[in-house]
Amino acid sequence: MSLDRSDVEQIAHLARLQIDAADIDSYSQALNSILNLVDQMQATNTEGVEPLAHPLDAVQRLRADEVSETNQREALQAVAPATENGLFLVPKVIE
Amino acid sequence: MFDKTLAELAQGLERGDFSSTELTQAYLQRINALDSQYNSFITVTEEQALAQAKAADEARATGNTGALCGLPIAHKDLFCTQGVRTSSASKMLDNFISPYDATIVSRLKNAGTVTLGKLNMDEFAMGSSNESSFYGPVRNPWGTDRVPGGSSGGSAAAVAARLTPAATGSDTGGSIRQPAALCGITGLKPTYGRVSRYGMIAFASSLDQAGPMARTAEDCAMVLNAMAGFDPMDSTSAERDSEDYTAGLNQPLAGLKIGLPKEYFSAALDAGVAEQVRNAVAEFEKLGASVKEVSLPNTELCIPAYYILAPAEASSNLSRFDGVRYGYRCENPVDLEDLYKRSRGEGFGTEVKRRIMVGAYALSAGYYDAYYNKAQQIRRMIQQDFVAVLNDVDVIMGPTTPQTAFKLGEKSSDPVSMYMEDIFTLSLNLAGLPGISIPCGQTNGLPVGLQIIGNYFAESKLLNVAHQFQQATDWHKQTPAGLEV
Repeated sequence: MSLDRSDVEQIAHLARLQIDAADIDSYSQALNSILNLVDQMQATNTEGVEPLAHPLDAVQRLRADEVSETNQREALQAVAPATENGLFLVPKVIE
Repeated sequence: MFDKTLAELAQGLERGDFSSTELTQAYLQRINALDSQYNSFITVTEEQALAQAKAADEARATGNTGALCGLPIAHKDLFCTQGVRTSSASKMLDNFISPYDATIVSRLKNAGTVTLGKLNMDEFAMGSSNESSFYGPVRNPWGTDRVPGGSSGGSAAAVAARLTPAATGSDTGGSIRQPAALCGITGLKPTYGRVSRYGMIAFASSLDQAGPMARTAEDCAMVLNAMAGFDPMDSTSAERDSEDYTAGLNQPLAGLKIGLPKEYFSAALDAGVAEQVRNAVAEFEKLGASVKEVSLPNTELCIPAYYILAPAEASSNLSRFDGVRYGYRCENPVDLEDLYKRSRGEGFGTEVKRRIMVGAYALSAGYYDAYYNKAQQIRRMIQQDFVAVLNDVDVIMGPTTPQTAFKLGEKSSDPVSMYMEDIFTLSLNLAGLPGISIPCGQTNGLPVGLQIIGNYFAESKLLNVAHQFQQATDWHKQTPAGLEV
């Protein structure tokens, strides 16, 4: 399994990453060497092994659905690139 | 004064040999004078530090002090610190002033510690050499042409250079233990869930764990006392009572059962490192421990499994950096997709982009079973290997890293050769187990780290074992050549 330029462009698009055209070959080379490394897994028989998602097999802790936070909009928006009237500004999405 | 441990500095404060203000000023001056050689700090928080020191001195005057009151510490720059830049060593967060404190930051503040500043690291904790930082590489005090390890390279270098008596670090695949080994200090990765992840900028949430880094096991125990404990703000925080990690430090080691995994002493291990580790194990035998060979047969599989699971989690975690709510935003975006793509493309460095892409690929339609699911099955096999061995022995010992500190630039062009650096550390994160790295010798003038692995929540045992070694040896007291203390 080897990734070519168009695969790398597609993955970069999925991850919403702008990659310069001049850098695609070096990314493709690095990703292929990483995928060669991880493909060592494929030789291992894992039939019947339960996948492990949490080291202690803990499950999600739940809490009562009650308001516990205070409004910190101003503090949190102070670090935003662009805001207006308490809203985050982005380029126009709908004409 | 700079050669004193945290415990010794605490006694000095208690006796009134110096005030916290004097101590803090001395460390700030030392950072100012020496850190240009190491680049271990991203931000020095002089004003806040002096205010905290003053408050600590006032608290001491009223007799209202805990063990850490007035002692300086510095935080890896992925722990959110209110009012202070928290960058994760990324251009993406170069302008991010955190509006809140991470749980460990507030716990250590409440314990009266003085925060000297924020420490350099690999960008978003992705790296084993501290060369991927937006703020430039950190240099190893044992040789400034060498890497300090990573990703907590700034933390390890700052402690080794005596720029701070203790530091916090985080460990997703070895990021506390490997730099601790390469810089000749002590670093503990606790059990997954023992220390809160709230306010720690996430890399791989099922693997990330914060821990203390200092010169000695005793100092790590003191810092862990303040860091550890249940936190409702972290959904995977372990619901366990707090404990005093200093309480068991002096227990004798007679009867301790040590397992040496034969896979850890393979041909890939540097001969000088192997010799120092074997000498350390012999020292434990003198202290009354018994040693037997054990087997962790899936050791080599930890690298492929980790380099699917960690990038997969990272690609999901780092999707929050979108140029909208905080962090870097590109100039003049033409539309929303352009805003996302250029903000992320320009804001993230090369290794971060590589890992996001590996993760996005592994999780994309058609590949999930072959990569993610397979890696999680191997994760279970690695965990089962440890469980079986830890039913038979009290602790597992081996080298922390396959070699000592390597030269800057030596591995940075080949990600796979860098990944091999973590072969002995990754498996603990996959299994969620605690591990500590302590200095156990030197080869060619560079420190060697011994990794001690224990069962779930056996941090007290690990600290006890490490402390007893440090009572019998002086490897943890060695100072880099030319370093004034």
